[in-house]
Amino acid sequence: MNVTRSDVEDFLYNEAALLDEWRLDEWLDLLTDDCVYRVPSNDAPDGAFTNTLYTIADDIARIKARIVRLKSRNAHAEFPHSRIRRLITNVRILAQDDSRLSAVANFVVYRFRRNEDVREYVGTYHHTFSKTPAGLKIAERIVRLDAMELASLGSVSFIL
Amino acid sequence: MSARTYVIDDPERMTFKVNRRTLVDEHVLEEERRRIFDKCWVYLGHDSELHAPGDFRTRIVCGRPILFCKGTDGSVRALLNSCRHRAALVCREAAGNAKRHVCFYHGWVYDADGNLAIVPGKESYPPTFDQSKFGLTPVPRLESYRDFWFVNFDADAMPLVDYLAGAKEYIDLVVDQSPSGRMELIQGTQEYDIAANWKLLVENSFDDYHLLSTHATWLKYIKDAGVEIQAPAAGHLLPSHGVGKDLGNGHAVIDNVNFRGRPVARWIPIYGEAAKPEIDAIRTELVQRLGEERAARVADTNRNLVVFPNLVINDGSSVTIRSFHPLAPNRMRVTAWALGPKEESASARARRLDSFLTFYGPGGFATPDDVEALECVQAGLGTFREIEWSELSRGINKTGEQLNTDELHLRAFWRQWNKHMSGDSQPHIKAAAAE
Repeated sequence: MNVTRSDVEDFLYNEAALLDEWRLDEWLDLLTDDCVYRVPSNDAPDGAFTNTLYTIADDIARIKARIVRLKSRNAHAEFPHSRIRRLITNVRILAQDDSRLSAVANFVVYRFRRNEDVREYVGTYHHTFSKTPAGLKIAERIVRLDAMELASLGSVSFIL
Repeated sequence: MSARTYVIDDPERMTFKVNRRTLVDEHVLEEERRRIFDKCWVYLGHDSELHAPGDFRTRIVCGRPILFCKGTDGSVRALLNSCRHRAALVCREAAGNAKRHVCFYHGWVYDADGNLAIVPGKESYPPTFDQSKFGLTPVPRLESYRDFWFVNFDADAMPLVDYLAGAKEYIDLVVDQSPSGRMELIQGTQEYDIAANWKLLVENSFDDYHLLSTHATWLKYIKDAGVEIQAPAAGHLLPSHGVGKDLGNGHAVIDNVNFRGRPVARWIPIYGEAAKPEIDAIRTELVQRLGEERAARVADTNRNLVVFPNLVINDGSSVTIRSFHPLAPNRMRVTAWALGPKEESASARARRLDSFLTFYGPGGFATPDDVEALECVQAGLGTFREIEWSELSRGINKTGEQLNTDELHLRAFWRQWNKHMSGDSQPHIKAAAAE
């Protein structure tokens, strides 16, 4: 199955819509059952999560727990949910074979909360997809932020 | 209010209140910079951040750009990172190794020890210009305790080892996790702002009263993951017993029986079955080295330590060092690191980092809710003219031990803060009389 850039773009745009609309259970359906989601620390983005402090390093169990948390009204940092909007561009397929595909894309995620200045998270998505009979599934989702430090971005309290 | 009525501390009337103006006022912050941050020992960095001669890190401490570096003789230095010519930052990189530091503005060159090595066009300076007097200026005082380096901008300050008072015992408990007595900073820094007054993070860092309500989702997470959460004992709010302690000089701690797992060394299901033998081995090493009692102290308690004014060492789900500086009355910059034993195995290190992220940091399951709580407090402080006082009296009527959910440890911080700010050894008496 040869996957084109436009297939990957369709996937990423759909993923973005689910995340921006807080349809987190539907987003979960896009992931393989051993998916990982990681956000490296800003000052050591090339370090491995096993020997470097990350901002987020979730295995699938932690991803699911994160969604349980975010759906709770006790996830105070995201209650009420912030408004988020992501723009995705510069999509490139880096490699693919019969079973896997890796792609990279640029993003901006804007986050709005009441009486707060907009926060702009800028960076790159590094997706590794698994080619399954049901279509592409995300096996690895690495989100690299360009900011030198989080500073005024504060927390990464939503799914970036 | 009179300039000095910041805190009402009246044990007889069982009253302890903090004036909310202390959390919003620019003049208070200016006074804090002068009376606290320029007088107290303030954390700079960890010994393990510098290995070879010439290694350096730059950071901002108490508003000053500092070059934290290792000289050619191997000694650790803290130099003001400002050119002696016209003040420009000399070193602009976050970290690295350099034989010399060049101020790019006019090209003055300093060696790794901070001596001024080259002055372009030196012949135009008058004969009174003495190049040897223009090295990078050292911070007035630089001292360390168990690899934690602190600076003090007051040349007459008491020695660090005296300043730390009872906090030393709690630093020792952290360092005792390492068989060699050497901990190291793990790469990867979490550096983020909170739109709140810096003292609110002091309070929050060892305030266990907020755990159940603020961190309900974290508790649910560890419960769902199979961690056993017992019902609180009589008179308690939390699943295990814990106490608050005043350690002197404004330092204080909460010291809790662990229920949430510890990389050194208390297994919980989140670590996975495969981790059990290694955790057992770590525990055995602790007992052999320290004896049963001390090993239990290290392995079976969580401790959140505040070193006055702005260093937090939390030894809980993992070890985190947190230092924070005010940017404005309603804003601070937090820098947080993870710390682990130098000789830790790759698997134990990975487990420590994973455990860190279950609770701590900007993407953790707990810290973002703390940040939200502090920012909500700051927003609420818009009412400080109408609602003048915050209430910190939990446990004040108790004799003897106070719980981690009481506020003795918060009062210890505020008393020291008030002492500095009032320039008075017994400001509470004056404050109570004024009331």
